Amino acid sequence: MRKLWIVLFLLAFTSLEAQDFLDKAQINGSFQVDGQFYQPDDALGITDSLIGGRKLGLNGFGNITYTLGKFSAGMRYEAFLTPLAGFDPLQEGNGFPYLWASYQTDFVGVTVGNFYEQFGNGLILRSYEEWTLGYDNSLNGMRVILRPSAGITIKGVYGTQRYFWQQYENGNRGIVRGLDAEVDLNQTIKGWESAAVRVFVGASGVSKYQKDNDPLYNLPENVGAWAGRVNLSAGKFNFATEYAYKINDPSALNNFIYHEGQAVLSSLSYSQPGLGVVLQLKRVDNFSYKSDRRVNGNAVDINFIPPINRTHSYSLAARYPYATQPNGEMGLQFQLNYKIPKGTALGGKYGTGIAVNFSQVNDIVRNPINDTTAVNTSGTLGYTSDFFKVSDSVFFRDFNIEIEKKINSKWKAVIQYMNLHYDIATIEGHAGEPAVKAHIGVLDLTHKFSSRKSLRMELQGLFTEQDEGDWAAAVLEYAIAPRWFFNVADQYNYGHPEADKKNHYYTVSMGYLKESTRVALTYGRQSEGVVCVGGVCRQVPASSGLTITVSTNF
Amino acid sequence: MMRTSIFSLFALLLFFSLGSLAQSDIPQVTIKTLDGKPFSTSEITNDGKPVILSFWALWCKPCQKELDAFNENYADWQDETGVKIYAVSIDDSRSTARVMPMVNGKAWEFEVLLDPNSDLKRAMNVNMIPHTFLLNGEGKIVSQHTAYFEGAEFELFDKVKKIAGIE
Repeated sequence: MRKLWIVLFLLAFTSLEAQDFLDKAQINGSFQVDGQFYQPDDALGITDSLIGGRKLGLNGFGNITYTLGKFSAGMRYEAFLTPLAGFDPLQEGNGFPYLWASYQTDFVGVTVGNFYEQFGNGLILRSYEEWTLGYDNSLNGMRVILRPSAGITIKGVYGTQRYFWQQYENGNRGIVRGLDAEVDLNQTIKGWESAAVRVFVGASGVSKYQKDNDPLYNLPENVGAWAGRVNLSAGKFNFATEYAYKINDPSALNNFIYHEGQAVLSSLSYSQPGLGVVLQLKRVDNFSYKSDRRVNGNAVDINFIPPINRTHSYSLAARYPYATQPNGEMGLQFQLNYKIPKGTALGGKYGTGIAVNFSQVNDIVRNPINDTTAVNTSGTLGYTSDFFKVSDSVFFRDFNIEIEKKINSKWKAVIQYMNLHYDIATIEGHAGEPAVKAHIGVLDLTHKFSSRKSLRMELQGLFTEQDEGDWAAAVLEYAIAPRWFFNVADQYNYGHPEADKKNHYYTVSMGYLKESTRVALTYGRQSEGVVCVGGVCRQVPASSGLTITVSTNF
Repeated sequence: MMRTSIFSLFALLLFFSLGSLAQSDIPQVTIKTLDGKPFSTSEITNDGKPVILSFWALWCKPCQKELDAFNENYADWQDETGVKIYAVSIDDSRSTARVMPMVNGKAWEFEVLLDPNSDLKRAMNVNMIPHTFLLNGEGKIVSQHTAYFEGAEFELFDKVKKIAGIE
């Protein structure tokens, strides 16, 4: 490892004068610390003993990148001492989980150390990091990217994945190897340069190696997966699809069945200025792919199966977020964006934006492999599944419509309605609970007092008979752009079926921003819920106290 | 031991590079255009005129409000200063397919790029979005800010005018 670093440094500096090393170099970086002081709160059931001496949670990182011409190197320090409430306890610790050096030219790119990579849509390989969730599955190894001619990219990677603070040693988890190639046919085939249809094709293969120490089963030590993708665009139309296949990969997550895995993701869109339409389809069958078959939670995923429903921004609309079911799901999504032109009756002086979105995800159909074996029995093929059959069991349905309107130079409005069906038993593991059926409404108004001073008002309602019943929420935010903001908010669970749990979750916050530095303080209560970013979710317990975030970038 | 030596090396580099901190280039990263074509960040240029580079995503409401505000003023800003706007979406594969229809649906007139695995976001050390950079005619980063509040676009445009030499 150390030798590689030295070689890369030498490579970078052989052609340079010593002075360049100092003058032409660039350093960039960023820092962030999120701190929370927790306090007991009788109404929320948070007692002193529950906090258990962990009154202060601190998550922080510092990132530094050094660049000198074609050479760059970087590192990230992280400290979770102790992690904020809701983060995995394994997160507790500190160190440098991200150290890397790379050399890039137009033809070749080499990276050693930790890196993030994605093949295609990520169906068989994606390493990424999401700070707000404490998720990081970076690969620690080597990556080579070649661009032999215009329009051709070849990538090769190998390494082990990050598992919180546990070092890789003695095969305590698997090794990942992958190869990906992408070709732009219009740039590579003679005579296609100016064709009306643009075509990209890509193919990738990944293999993981993990020793079989299982006393009971004979498990595959090398699990291979491959994927192929096509992207076609012609004028205003775009079609993209990717299919992925994985050999049998018994794991804790699929109950150690020997079923093969398949995943397919397709989209078709049409768009022109003022109008956009997209339809997406997806099918996932037994496609969890982890570099440690024993891990059940959100860690060491080699691949990424995107949930294709809309990610909502308003708090009550985002209260019941969908998470991909890697063991099997079939979904579709439709979205229409339209801008009613300026100067028409409905468009008014500034035009009106409309977005309509629908998504639904069902289970796949699983048939027993024979008359005597129950579906999903460990150590068997598990089940058979008809590729085109959709189960009646609905995991998730979301129909929403959003209208954006600038009324005049002083007022702007966003109105949203959402109709939701959420299988809380499957998605959050609340066994036996009925699916949540909810209507959600949002009104977001911005009033401008002067060119820099504005007040934003948000009113939201969530109406449901299930789970915790009805909610109402209000936000008032006064901002003096671009420096200051003050925010008061309340979420009121007035419809909770238990009288003593009709709680208010109020917060008061303020923040100061200068250039890329942001300092924010929030005091109040956080309701129990799920925070999802980019398809991965984290359960957040109810908490009460003071939160501080300081973030900067240089 | 290794970690300590790497750390000291960085500390040294940091110390010696302080002089060049204020003026950095955009890192060279290959991201994608809206129709999926590879796009090298070295192509982000504007003939010696300023460039605004803004990170956003479909799930980020303030980002879209900021870009809507840019779009409303874009024609005027271009007439006055020749500024060019690039909006980099950090949506990942869960929503990249919806970016183009949304951009067209909103009739945004500036260039939109895709950074589906946050490679450019990471290289530019962006912690949260919206995060907007202002580049001068030589492609150097002269200013940056996070978050968007109503009216912040005017302060940004004042800076654009300054570096374009128009007061």
